[in-house]
Amino acid sequence: MDAFTTHSGTVLPLRRSNVDTDQIIPAVYLKRVTRTGFEDGLFGAWRNDPEFVLNNPAHAGASILVAGPDFGTGSSREHAVWALMDHGFTAVLSPRFADIFRGNAGKAGLLAAQVDQDVVERLWALAEQEPAAEVTVDLRTCEVRAGDVTAPFLIDDYTRFRLLNGLDDIAITLSHDDEISRYEAARPSWTPVTLVN
Amino acid sequence: MGRTLAEKVWDAHVVRSADGEPDLLYIDLHLIHEVTSPQAFDGLRLSGRRVRRPDLTLATEDHNVPTVDVEAPIADPVSRTQVETLRKNAAEFGVRLHPLGDVEQGIVHVVGPQLGLTQPGMTIVCGDSHTSTHGAFGALAFGIGTSEVEHVLATQTLQQTRPRTMAVTVNGSLTEGVTAKDLILTLISRTGTGGGQGYVVEYRGQAIEELSMEGRMTVCNMSIEWGAKAGLIAPDRTTLDYLAGRPEAPRGDDWDAAVASWTTLVTDDDAAYDAEIVIDASEVTPFVTWGTNPGQGVPLGASVPAPEDFVTDSDRQAAQKALDYMGLTAGTPMREIAVDTVFVGSCTNGRIEDLRLAAEVLEGRRVASGTRLLVVPGSVRVRLQAEAEGLDKVFLESGAEWRGAGCSMCLGMNPDQLAPGERSASTSNRNFEGRQGKGGRTHLVSVPVAAATAVAGHLAAPSDLSAGV
Repeated sequence: MDAFTTHSGTVLPLRRSNVDTDQIIPAVYLKRVTRTGFEDGLFGAWRNDPEFVLNNPAHAGASILVAGPDFGTGSSREHAVWALMDHGFTAVLSPRFADIFRGNAGKAGLLAAQVDQDVVERLWALAEQEPAAEVTVDLRTCEVRAGDVTAPFLIDDYTRFRLLNGLDDIAITLSHDDEISRYEAARPSWTPVTLVN
Repeated sequence: MGRTLAEKVWDAHVVRSADGEPDLLYIDLHLIHEVTSPQAFDGLRLSGRRVRRPDLTLATEDHNVPTVDVEAPIADPVSRTQVETLRKNAAEFGVRLHPLGDVEQGIVHVVGPQLGLTQPGMTIVCGDSHTSTHGAFGALAFGIGTSEVEHVLATQTLQQTRPRTMAVTVNGSLTEGVTAKDLILTLISRTGTGGGQGYVVEYRGQAIEELSMEGRMTVCNMSIEWGAKAGLIAPDRTTLDYLAGRPEAPRGDDWDAAVASWTTLVTDDDAAYDAEIVIDASEVTPFVTWGTNPGQGVPLGASVPAPEDFVTDSDRQAAQKALDYMGLTAGTPMREIAVDTVFVGSCTNGRIEDLRLAAEVLEGRRVASGTRLLVVPGSVRVRLQAEAEGLDKVFLESGAEWRGAGCSMCLGMNPDQLAPGERSASTSNRNFEGRQGKGGRTHLVSVPVAAATAVAGHLAAPSDLSAGV
């Protein structure tokens, strides 16, 4: 995973709450066995509407998605995160994220930054009035900056540490192999196994 | 200070705990399926890693498989490739797989419990949000993304931040004709889709204790629909009776040792939850959704709400968008909403007890003309059991379609889908836009309401049928 320190780009204002992962990428796009190439499925159904904000040429190239509360509810599909990243998004801002989506984002390297609703409203207004306005999300200071707006965002400390350093979770865990083996040796004998030895 | 059930299970699985880091939790059982695993296995191959504990891993095919002509090769080449990829990965990494055509194949959350692999006090994960189902046994079970699937495959652990705990206490008894599904839909309508965010929820109280294991699984299954990390229920006599004699349940002295351990899995009297919700079971009535998230529901006896009924701007806008998508007019009685398709099945309501409830309503009745009823067992075992009991004949004689096992119409991924604009009453768990097929409109309902709706052609309860509707 690449390290994430700070990012500047333009905002896609998505005026919706409860953007579930079936909207971010409908199930029919989940049949691929690769980890990339999901950009065409991003908001697959909504994109049929010419008025949908992602179809607005003024917002072409936006890399920071700003949405209402309860973003990423529903399915555990990490494809939702991949589709956002494949399309060019680097960060998503929302007042509340579903747990699994937020976890997936942290693992895949997409910044899921929790901000107050009023910050969302101000960023929506800014992006709608001035689509080319540059917005910065700074993971070093946990701040979002745009014009005269400077606001803090929340992200858990460990995810922040991992993103800042671009760390591979599995390698970190495998460095504790002794502890895992010790735990395994002490598990009760009656716990079930799926294979007959 | 005592501990809650969730805290006890958590503490028993901490491999490593350090300041400023998430806990490293051991995973007792990792369930996998074809959709969220291929990229995880690829990751292992790229980094030259193996599956640490194939003997704690089980795979089945469910999301992307057809429920008719299951012996034939899968027609859609992309779907076929995905299923074949799982088969190749399972063979290469030594993982036990129950493929299409196998007697143990089915929806991953139906298969685990029926094999007896799902047991109290375990940690269970799967690349599927409805893994919360297994919490019905007093297990800590939750859905994970593909990066975490790879992490569990490689290490049999997960890095997890200790969640907050919440109790949902359901006092009193559910009334006749009201099911676990109505209870959980009622709860979600009160909390919204984010009300449980960050919590592991313990369901308790008389009405929960009175539920069968199937009913408990329905409740825990939908924990994710109100944002909870997991939902669980303390094991009791009902749990033990369900588990005893199952193929992978402990036997003999092991059973005694296991039961002794499971008996400690209760919340201590002096334990404290971070939050609590109390529900009076006697107030719960058959409940259905009108909108496009599981929190947008009302009693079957109510009408479609108006956007101005909601307090916040955000809820009003969401309601308006939902009404537009669903093609509904505020004020319409829910019972007057006609449906094209009824779906009985899924990891929420595709177990044998669900099929029995459906058959009870359908016995001697006909599915309304112009309405299609799909009955899809959650597993091959459920299908065989239903056929042994003659339920399949009841379904077929009523005019329903009797299918093979799988996720089917719960998600628009396999061939079972709604056409654009079609409306369904569905016993599944999500009414998101397009969830059951692009442009499809979904009303979430209980099994009895689904069966009665199929007969009436519009949303209905079984009591409406006896009244001659």
